[in-house]
Amino acid sequence: MSGSHVHALTVHGHSPLHRLPARVKLVALGLFVVAVVATPRHQLWAFAVYALLVTMVLVVAELPAKFVLKRMGLEVPFVAFALFLPFVGGAPRITAWGLMLSIEGIWAAWNIIAKATLGTAASIVVIATTETPHILRGLGQLRLPPTMVAVAGFMVRYLEVVGDEVRRMRIAMAARGYQPTWLGQAKALAVAGGALFIRSYERGERVHQAMLARGFTGAMPDLIDDHADRSDWAVALSVPLSAWLVAALAVAA
Amino acid sequence: MHIPDGFINGATSAGAAVVAAGGVGAALKAGARSLAERQIPLAGLAAAFIFALQMLNFPVAAGTSGHLLGGALAAVLLGPAMGVTVLTVVVFVQALLFADGGLSALGLNIINMGLITSLVGWLVFRALMAVFPKHRGGATLAAMIAAWASVVVSSIGFVIQYSLGGQGGVDSATVFAAMTGVHALIGIGEGLITGTVVAAVLAVRPDLVFGTARYDITRGNGLGRKATAGFIAAGLLGAISLVVFVAPLASSAPDGLERVAEDSGLVAEDSGFGALFSDYQVGSVEPEWLGTVVSGVVGLIVTFAVGVILVTLGRRRLARRA
Repeated sequence: MSGSHVHALTVHGHSPLHRLPARVKLVALGLFVVAVVATPRHQLWAFAVYALLVTMVLVVAELPAKFVLKRMGLEVPFVAFALFLPFVGGAPRITAWGLMLSIEGIWAAWNIIAKATLGTAASIVVIATTETPHILRGLGQLRLPPTMVAVAGFMVRYLEVVGDEVRRMRIAMAARGYQPTWLGQAKALAVAGGALFIRSYERGERVHQAMLARGFTGAMPDLIDDHADRSDWAVALSVPLSAWLVAALAVAA
Repeated sequence: MHIPDGFINGATSAGAAVVAAGGVGAALKAGARSLAERQIPLAGLAAAFIFALQMLNFPVAAGTSGHLLGGALAAVLLGPAMGVTVLTVVVFVQALLFADGGLSALGLNIINMGLITSLVGWLVFRALMAVFPKHRGGATLAAMIAAWASVVVSSIGFVIQYSLGGQGGVDSATVFAAMTGVHALIGIGEGLITGTVVAAVLAVRPDLVFGTARYDITRGNGLGRKATAGFIAAGLLGAISLVVFVAPLASSAPDGLERVAEDSGLVAEDSGFGALFSDYQVGSVEPEWLGTVVSGVVGLIVTFAVGVILVTLGRRRLARRA
């Protein structure tokens, strides 16, 4: 799962999607994902429409296809899991290419792969076109607990710092003749983990003291101006509303 | 174990989101005073630390698949309220900034990886510390077992969610055997990392470990080689016994629950409750019993093999980099 994908979460650009305020995009994304998940899996046409919608937004956002495909790689473990379902799913079964496959399992696998792919792609579009501080601020505006937003902000800000610390420790270990072997390395790595925790903790204390010294009173100053007018909402919500229409038709059909 | 969109149906996901919001809200409230005063940067750093540790873990996952959850570790080091907050933020950031785990499944993922791991890890740790010797070795072993239990219970959380809103027609007992069995193995890795990290912190800055703050922990040494080997053996035994003994029980126990509910007139036979547990019905006990056990054992063997391959690859990669 969490590889070293700390870099390049966003793609710099000036597309209409880049310009939309973060909270507008987040609401649209949430509504879109709900529509996709609520769609009955047998309505194949609905998923085709969703894919078309996501592709349209991708084009509008001027995102390089290579970047999106690379980020989609995150999804691979679940695809692998889903592909097991046709083999372990319940009866009835059909025989295809000499394999006994569960019909229910095939549908379940399709369901997971289709919905997970659409959900991941839609999320990536929003993440790639929104600067991270804007996403966090948007979450705060959407009434997420301020403490959580603040903690998330510090986490994101110090991810790379802690990541660099890990890298330095690896180099230091290698310089002292660290040879990874089977179980023997577990201890060395866990001790490094302990050291990493202490360094992170102490850095947290230092950061807090530095903030107090600069007049921190409990709330971060608001430096982002992202006014959303009605047209912004209309543009952003057109995509999930179309998806909801499709979902409603699919459920009714 | 990040559940993607579409894996669990909408109703279950929505219910999970409500439960998760309530749990996280309670944790935020419980930790409000300390968090507001000085620990927000600290919690952020701790979240970054857990995230980084999840990247570090792959070679440690000896023989098992490598997926550190970190909930028990955070709870022991920082306390249960901070543990829940930190893990929730990690899961949240993974979903919203890294597209790892579905947005609609956020509640499910927060319950499994944030709430359950931290709370179970904390409760088991506290219960064990009440009886264990109050020194570094005792605390280390308690942290190990707590981490193992947190992973196994977390996987049971997934099994419950799958039986409520999963698809594929896979028998719930099979899912139970496969998930808990595999996670009893993964839990060994989690336990080893958690225990050793806790021991390392206790050796240098025992004042930073929330879970042992009430004890004078400076006496005694870390955990010996023998105790560590014992932990691994016990974990393996736990994995196998879960598959061989508990799984067949699991296929009949909810049946009993259902029977009780019907007998007592709580639910009509064709109500939602009956439909909910129809998967568990044991038509012919013998084959299903065997089938469950066989699939579980096969799952364990496959996981072990995948783990060995991963570790071998990881070792080569590390060796090359070094």
